[in-house]
Parts: sequence; C-alpha cells; structure tokens
Amino acid sequence: MYKKLKSAIAPYEAVGVVAAQSIGEPGTQMTMRTFHYAGVAEHVPTGLPRLIEIVDAKKEPKKPIIDIYLKKDFRSEAEAAKVARELSSVFVSDVAEVEDDLQNLTVDITYSEKDGKALGVSFAALRKVLEESSAKLRISENVITLYPKKVKPKEGEKEKEVTARSVRKLANRIKDGIVKGVRGIHRAVVVKGDGEYFVRAAGFNILGAMEHPAVDSKRIYTNNIKEIERVFGIDAARNSVLKEIKDVMDMQKLYVDTRHIMLISDAMTNSGKVRSIGRHGLSGQKVGVLGRAAFEETVKHLINAAAFSDEERLVGVTENIIVGQTVPVGTGKIRLAMSHKK
Amino acid sequence: MEINKILDRIKFSLFSPEMVRKMSATKIVVPDTYDDDGYPIDGGLVDTKLGVVDPGLRCKTCGGRVKECSGHFGHIDLVRPVVHVEFAKHIYLVLKSTCPNCHKLTSRKAIKEVVEKEPVEETAASEIPSLMEVVAPAITEAAPAVKTEKAALPQVPEPESDFEDKGKKKKGKKEKAKICAHCGQPLPEIKLLKPTGFYKDKAMLLPSDIRDWMSSLSDDDLKEMGFDPLYSRPEWMIITALPVPPVSVRPSITLETGERSEDDLTHKLVDIIRINQKLEANINAGAPQLIIEDLWELLQYHVTTYFDNETANIPPARHRSGRPLKTLAQRLKGKEGRFRYNLSGKRVNFSARTVISPDPRLSLAEVGVPQAIAEELTVPLAVTEWNLEHCKACILAEKYPKAVYVLRPDGKRLKVGDTPELRKEISENLKVGWILERQIINGDISLFNRQPSLHRISMMAHIVHVLPGKTFRLNPVVVSPYNADFDGDEMNLHMMQTEEAQAEARYLMAVEKQLLSPRHGHAIIKPQEDHVSGLYFLTRDNADFSKEEASNMFFLIGITELPEPDRKDRYSGKLLFSQLLPKSLNAKVKSKLGEEIVIRSGKLIKGAVESKAMEGEVLEQIFVLEGPEYTRDFLNRVTMLALESISLHGLSVSIKDYTLSPKAEEKVNGITGMMDREIDNLVMQYRSKSLERSPGLTLKETLEGLIVQITSKTREDVGKLVEEDLTIENPSIIMAKIGARGSLLNAIQMSALVAQQTVRSKRLARGYRKRILPYFKPGVLTGRERGFVYSSFRKGLTPYEFMPMPWAAVRPWSTLPSGPPGPDTCSAGS
Repeated sequence: MYKKLKSAIAPYEAVGVVAAQSIGEPGTQMTMRTFHYAGVAEHVPTGLPRLIEIVDAKKEPKKPIIDIYLKKDFRSEAEAAKVARELSSVFVSDVAEVEDDLQNLTVDITYSEKDGKALGVSFAALRKVLEESSAKLRISENVITLYPKKVKPKEGEKEKEVTARSVRKLANRIKDGIVKGVRGIHRAVVVKGDGEYFVRAAGFNILGAMEHPAVDSKRIYTNNIKEIERVFGIDAARNSVLKEIKDVMDMQKLYVDTRHIMLISDAMTNSGKVRSIGRHGLSGQKVGVLGRAAFEETVKHLINAAAFSDEERLVGVTENIIVGQTVPVGTGKIRLAMSHKK
Repeated sequence: MEINKILDRIKFSLFSPEMVRKMSATKIVVPDTYDDDGYPIDGGLVDTKLGVVDPGLRCKTCGGRVKECSGHFGHIDLVRPVVHVEFAKHIYLVLKSTCPNCHKLTSRKAIKEVVEKEPVEETAASEIPSLMEVVAPAITEAAPAVKTEKAALPQVPEPESDFEDKGKKKKGKKEKAKICAHCGQPLPEIKLLKPTGFYKDKAMLLPSDIRDWMSSLSDDDLKEMGFDPLYSRPEWMIITALPVPPVSVRPSITLETGERSEDDLTHKLVDIIRINQKLEANINAGAPQLIIEDLWELLQYHVTTYFDNETANIPPARHRSGRPLKTLAQRLKGKEGRFRYNLSGKRVNFSARTVISPDPRLSLAEVGVPQAIAEELTVPLAVTEWNLEHCKACILAEKYPKAVYVLRPDGKRLKVGDTPELRKEISENLKVGWILERQIINGDISLFNRQPSLHRISMMAHIVHVLPGKTFRLNPVVVSPYNADFDGDEMNLHMMQTEEAQAEARYLMAVEKQLLSPRHGHAIIKPQEDHVSGLYFLTRDNADFSKEEASNMFFLIGITELPEPDRKDRYSGKLLFSQLLPKSLNAKVKSKLGEEIVIRSGKLIKGAVESKAMEGEVLEQIFVLEGPEYTRDFLNRVTMLALESISLHGLSVSIKDYTLSPKAEEKVNGITGMMDREIDNLVMQYRSKSLERSPGLTLKETLEGLIVQITSKTREDVGKLVEEDLTIENPSIIMAKIGARGSLLNAIQMSALVAQQTVRSKRLARGYRKRILPYFKPGVLTGRERGFVYSSFRKGLTPYEFMPMPWAAVRPWSTLPSGPPGPDTCSAGS
C-alpha cells in the first residue's frame, strides 16, 4: 500500500508534457526506416512518418493494411490461401479487355482466358456479374457486348438519350466493377503468426471482409484507425491508437512506458471522436488569444480578438508565461500554509 | 518577491473615438519632435505630457521621471476618417450582410465564424466575391417570397441549410436580383479592393459613409453578427481619432555625433500629422473635391502603413536610407517579434554558461563551479536575529565569500563597495529584515541545464561545489540525461533567488530524484562504459587484491575499518563490491554472459556484474528499497570503485587484438567463397527464370532478398568465428559482451570483414548504368559488384570497397518519401 501511494502521480503534475517528452525525446533519434510486410503493399511507413500519421488522425493511412484472422477450421495454410484468394478483389479490367464502341454505342468486353484462369474467374462468373448491370447483353465467344438501355427517366426529368458520353461512363464503371472478392481488399497473402495462418491484405474494408464465412470477425484488424472507429466504435479506436503507436515505438526499439501512450490515445479519443493532436485538434480550441498570437499569425489573432471582444482567460501555460505569472501546473497550483504553533 | 496582483483575464476590445480622446494626455498637432534647443515641442510628437525618455526631464502628466513614469497616450484627430487596414475584412463582411437602405441584417451567418474559420492563407483579391456565397446565402432564396408579401417582413429569413448544390445556386444567383428581405430595395454589390478601398456597385464608398452606415446598425443585429455592442462596434473600425503611443514605446536614440534619430513609429506619425494638416488646410480653403480626395487617400496610406508596413498591394513606407519602416505589425510579428522574442522567451539573470569537463571525484549530485563564476553569481540571504553576526562578517569580508549588495526594506539597494569604511558603515547599520546578496558557496542549490532541453531531466538541481579552473565540472555518470559529452559542450547554470524555488529544486529537481526516467521507469543515470568494465573486472571470480590495494579501495568508498580478508590474506573483488550493497538486497539473474549472478542479503555470492544486471537488478532495486539518497551515494561509491578497479587492471587494445589467427583467416575466406558460390547460383537461377518468386515480390526483389539473407548469414558465421578466435579475454570482445562499449560487429569489421553495405536495407544499386562504379562490368550482380566489402578495417579497403561505405552511411533522416527511381538507377542486366 505504501509503495502504491508513493508511485501515484502528484496533483497537478503535467502528465501530458511528460508523455509528450517521453515520445518526443527518443523521437529525435527515429529514422525513416520502412518495414517490409511480407508481400503486402511494398513499404508500410513506420517510424516518424507513421507516428505523424497516427497523431494527425489521418482519414486513411498511406498504406492501409488489414489482418484477417480466420475461424478455427480455416487456420491451415491451404485453407487460408483459399480464403485469401476469395477475398482479394478482382476487377473486370483484370480479367477482360473493356472497350467502348462509340460508333455503335456499345461496350465490348473481351474475356482473357489466361488472366481469368490465373485469378480464378471463369467466363460464366464474369457474365453473371455483368448481367447485373442494367444493359442488354449479347454474348459471342469470349466477347460480351453491352447495349446500354435508356434509363427510365425520373419524374419531371426528360428522358435521357444514350450518348457517347454515357457509354464511356458505363465502360469506366464496368472496368472498376468487381468480379470477385471484396472491394477495397487487394493483394491478400497468407501470413503465419502466433502459430496460425491468417490473411494479410492491403486495404481496410472490415465490413466487407467480415461477410466471408471463414473470417473470424472478432479478431479482424486494420491499421486504419478511422475505419476502426467507424465500424467498432470509439473504444476500439482508442485501443488501436494505442497499439499503432506502440508498434511504431517497438519497431524502433524505443522503450516508452505504455501509460504515456495510453494518455495520448485517451486524449485523442475522449471526445467520442478521434481527434488529431495539434492546433486543429485537441489542443487547438483550448489555447487562448495570446497563446495563438504567440504561435502564428500574431496580428490576425489579435485583430479578431479585438473585433469580437474576446476574453483571454489565462488558463494555459503559454498565456501565463506571456503575462509573466506562475504557470498553472505542478507546484504553481499549490499554495502552502504554515502551521504557526508557539 | 511578493506578488500582489494576479491577472485573471484580459478583455480585448476596440477603442471608440471618445475613448481614445478620453485617455489621451494631449492632442498632438505639430508634426515635429524637438525644437532648435533640443527641447520637446509642446503638442509635438515627443510632448513631455506623453512621458519622458531623457534623464532629468519630468513628465508633465504625472510628474514622474524616466523610470517612474511609464508614459501616457496622446491622440491625433483625423480631419477625415480612414479605414483601419486590419479590419478591412470585417468591415467588408458587415457591409455585405447588411442593407444600405434600412440598415438591417440580411444574413444570419455570424461574421465571427466566417472570419475565424477562414483558411490560413490570405484571400486573394480575385477570390473575394466567392466569400459572398458564404456570408449571404439567404438573400437570393428569400427574395421571391418577400416580393409578394411586400416590404416589412419582420424576421430575417432562415439561412440556407447547406451549400448542397453550389453550382445550381450560382446559376440562380445570376438570374435573380438580390433584394433586401426587409425593405425590398435591391442590395448593391459590395467589393473590397485590397487593402482599404470599398465599392458599392462600382461607386466608391468613402470611409465616412461606411462609418455612417455601420453606426446605424441595431445592437441586436451586431450581436447576431458576433460583435459586442458595448466593446466592439464595427464603426469603431473606422478611425477618427488615432491614439499616439507614449514616447517610451518609440524612444529616440542619440547617436555619438549628438544627432537624434527618431523611432520608425515617430517617423510614421510625423507623416500622418503632416498630411492631416495639409488636408485640413485644403478643406478650409475650399479646394476642389479631387484634391481633397487625393490627400484623403494619402492619409489613408500613411495610417495603413503605420499599422502594417507589409500590407499586400501597397508599397511599403521607407526610411530615407531606403530601408522599409518597422511599424506596429512588424513589431509584433514573427520570430523576432514581441510575442515570440520577448513575451514567450524570457531572459534571466543569475545565470552562467561555460564549457563542461568531467570530474569523477565529484558527487553526481554536484556541479563544479569555477571560482570566477562563483564570485559573480549571488543568492539572497535574509538577515535574521540568528545569522546577524554571520551576515555582518559577510559584508566585512574582503575576498571571496562576501556580500555584494544589501537590500533595505525600503527597497534601496546598497552596493557593498571595496572601501573598508563603506563596508564597516553598512555592517554597523545592518538590521534584521534586510536582505544580503552574497556570492554562492559550496552547498548552494543550482539548476544545471544543457540544450536542447528535450525532456524534463535536461534540467536538474545540482549542489554547487566551487573549484579552481574555468569549466563546469560534472560527474561523467550524469551525462546521459543531459546527453552531454566533453568535446566542447557548454552548459548553463542558474541560481534561484527565492527560498521557495530553492526548496522546490532540492525536493523535486535534485539529481538523485531523477535516477529513474519518467519515460520508462528504468534507470537513466547508471554506470556506463568504463564503470561497467571496471565492475566486471572487480567482480570476476579470479579477481582478488592484496591488502594494500584493498585498503586503498576501502578508503575510497569511505570504509576505514578493514574487514577480514576472505581469501587467505587477499580480498576478493566480490567482497569489495558487496560492501556497497544494502543488506536488504537479494537478486538472482542470468547475466549477459550466460552465467548466474546471485546476491543474497547484500552479498554478491556468485557471478560477475555486467551492465544489465547492474542497472536492472542492483541499481533499480536499491532505488526502490532504499530511496534516492542512498542510491545516489551508492552510485558515487560504486563508480569510484569501478574506476579504481579498471585502473588497477588496465584495459587497452592494440592491432594485435584484432588480428585473426592464420587458421581463422583461412576459414573466413572459406565462408566468403561459399557465399560467392551461393550468390552465383542464385543469380544463375534468376537469369534462367527458374528462381521461385516470393508472393508479392518481383523476381528481382526475390533475388535481392535472398542475397541479403545470404550476406547477413555470412556475417553471422564470420562473427562466430571471430568470437572464438579472439577469445573471451580479448578486451574488445569483453566490452561488447558485458555491454560496456561497442558491439561484436565492431570487432568483426575490424578483424575479419566489413561485409555488406546497404542503403535502406537493400544492396547498393545506384550509380552508373547497371553498375555502381565504373570499375565493374555492367549488369553483374555478385557480391563485390553490389557493395560487399571483403576486407577488414585492419587490412584496409580497396577503392571499390571504400566507395560504398559513405553511401551506406548517409541516412536521409528526412521524412521525404523515396521518389521515383531516377534515370541513373541501374536495373538488372539481361
């Protein structure tokens, strides 16, 4: 009990500053080492670039990665490879040549047997996908010709003619159409880790991957924090911020106590949304006029403050330094009383 | 120091012209400073009512002298109002969102939000119309409805929910005329011609018109826009009375020639008054409107540059020499501006800086302070009834520890001079309650800091220890938190001037309180390098010492009673080491060398101490068990003992230590030969395309990956060989193994071979077409051709082995992504 009390943080200790220093001080030694994730998306940024990415709460990491763990029966190498093949998205343009014929206003899709076989997409499968489009098909050996239909006009709108432009649009849409696999999951490979095989791929479509029956939806993971927030909620996002920062630090062999990283991920997520650190995110709003003026665009901040008669409440460290007062942290917040016994 | 006022908040607001006049000490009318006799002109820019800067003169407003009077504002009444440049945008938005006819709000968007959410970049003049869409989206949509219901619609129409369909709305806007929702009058198009010109449907708006327009807005509308009618009314953004800052804000300097040189602000104010007078004269003389407007424009220019001389689109006002003037905005802005240079960065007194050098005989909690610095720095010493005599002695003292100043309770500061009479006089008058400022002495607390201050332990409290010499001395064991070395590093020392600060430093910032880092909870101040080697030699099983040697060491660590020898008449190193351990310490760990280290009840029973065991099991344990002060003393003594031990044992290396036996040399050649064959084999497979491609990689990448694996395996194999051949008695190997300094790799590279050079963990590939150096045939992919160094540092490198070394050593630490491979990238040969 005594040791526990001794280990407690003192009131008003500037824990955020200590956390920042703990990450920042070794951060100066961080190099731009990039790590090789076997097979997937060439180089996944680690080190400083990745750390900046996390802390800035980027919508999408530069190289999104998804780890898809499998249910018990699918953890063998062969099964995993099968799942990987099924998950990897294959575009129409991967297995067929898509050309728009502007003269006849049709789209010609030429199936390539070689590519199709390699990717496991049969002609029939391609045809099935194309049938879902709102166009008439005419099939002649390996070639599917699409005749775009006139779109049924919505109420109040004029009937639209099939134009060269709409044909080109359709052709482009078809190229990006998915014949197989899950949209947003590419280049899936099988990776062995912790005594089991799982699938690692580029991309982050969690919900899409979960639909696959072999996928263990409880253990799916991606390095896209915003996606985790969207799918699993803020607590999961908090944990993933923690994990991602920790991974970066571990990879650089910089040992930082988890509690510093916990503090940072808590601060980034405690509003219910993942916010970035920095002037647009969690420290941005709190800073007073003087603090902002000292940081950048001095004149603009002062002018706006005057125009809208803002008030500087002097709650921050910077602001109090500017006016020359004790800063409101640590012993600066504590007042002492002396017992005066005679 | 007593704090009697605490700032709680600061309110920012605009000055009304009335306010400016009210707080003005005098109206400034003369565009000049001093008369021929060198006295300030009344009503001039350095009128003594504004305060004084010359010693000897008194302020006419408060009667104070230079230091007593901080100055008073004056003002200039402008005959025609002008726009305040910095507020041009705000004015523009107000005009945009109100009706010139009925002076009512036509938009609900708070201007405050528009201004504050605006991106950092300045809006270019051409972009301004687009702002319109943001501010007044309601106008167009509401207009048709109003037409039918006639003029006075009491409410402001709801603003458009979103800008969902921008393109559509733009079209609509052009078709429909903009009409005020309140009075049905068409709304003019307002344009801002940067920096200060306003146009209403192509006709120029005069500042006076703008002011009239804005003054007739209702308080409720102002609130709606985000203003506070009490503190910041938009019409105050048009200047009618210009405040003139006190002289102390713009002091003039006297050059050696006796010539006076005025501050840039004063120059600018002279210009303003001059034009103001000219304008007034012309108006009174009934000059044509055109001339008046020209002068008005000129007045606007001068007032604009007075606020910001870097305003876009207008030429900066220049000094006679052609240098642009530094006006108000320039004073505040940027790295050298008031905010960042003076307000965020404070300067201190009572500090010193000099080169640092090591002194292992100092305590790690101490800092060696040069005599000269100790004589310069002072700390306050309150005179009490208990130390009165001591204080008197301080004042009377002729040399070093003496009092330099005496502070009387009335605030008067007396210098304790060199004359004995003066000293005597002061000491006789000395009373309780006075404060001495005495030179620093041994035992005083100081703050010691090395920049860059990357973490809080870059600044710690050390005990002063005055020493001869000119450098700060510190125990080499504390260099790690400062990240200091002694190749010319300088450090700063600060003396705290209040008891409170000193107490906080002693209790919170003392070195011994920082032994464990807040970053990871492990020791950051710990025995290093020679300490580790010394302790290893000391605690090795075969280490023992004669009575004489042992006595010396016991004395060093403060043990004056000789214990019983444990090895007949000799003392084992383990016994010596155990003397320092607390009885409460127990440990059992595996050391880096693989043997077991056992400590029982503060006695080292088995094993030799190395860095990991020292740090984790001994130091941190002691800190937890016995507290900071005990650990500090332990560290002091253990490092002393270690250094004595390493001095007795001796530790050095020579060329011989890095020479492999001929047999080992042979083996190294065998290993590299094998590697070459393996690489050849792989390259052959690659060329014949029979190499199996790894998933997700190109064939080339697969090959490179495999070759890198082979080269690193080669290095490992050679490493094992070197380790065996050089034996554990080799100093270099010992140091690497116990974690004192260096690594096995260093020994390998010096004795056997340097091995593969890599850039971004890949073999070298750039340089010439299909080869890295012109010595090679293009397209060859074997070891030598791709940066494998077969020589050792001892043998020396061939030119083509030497060149790759600096390439591999350069690490672009920037975060720039590696761009697309340049044209010089050499790809695989056919």
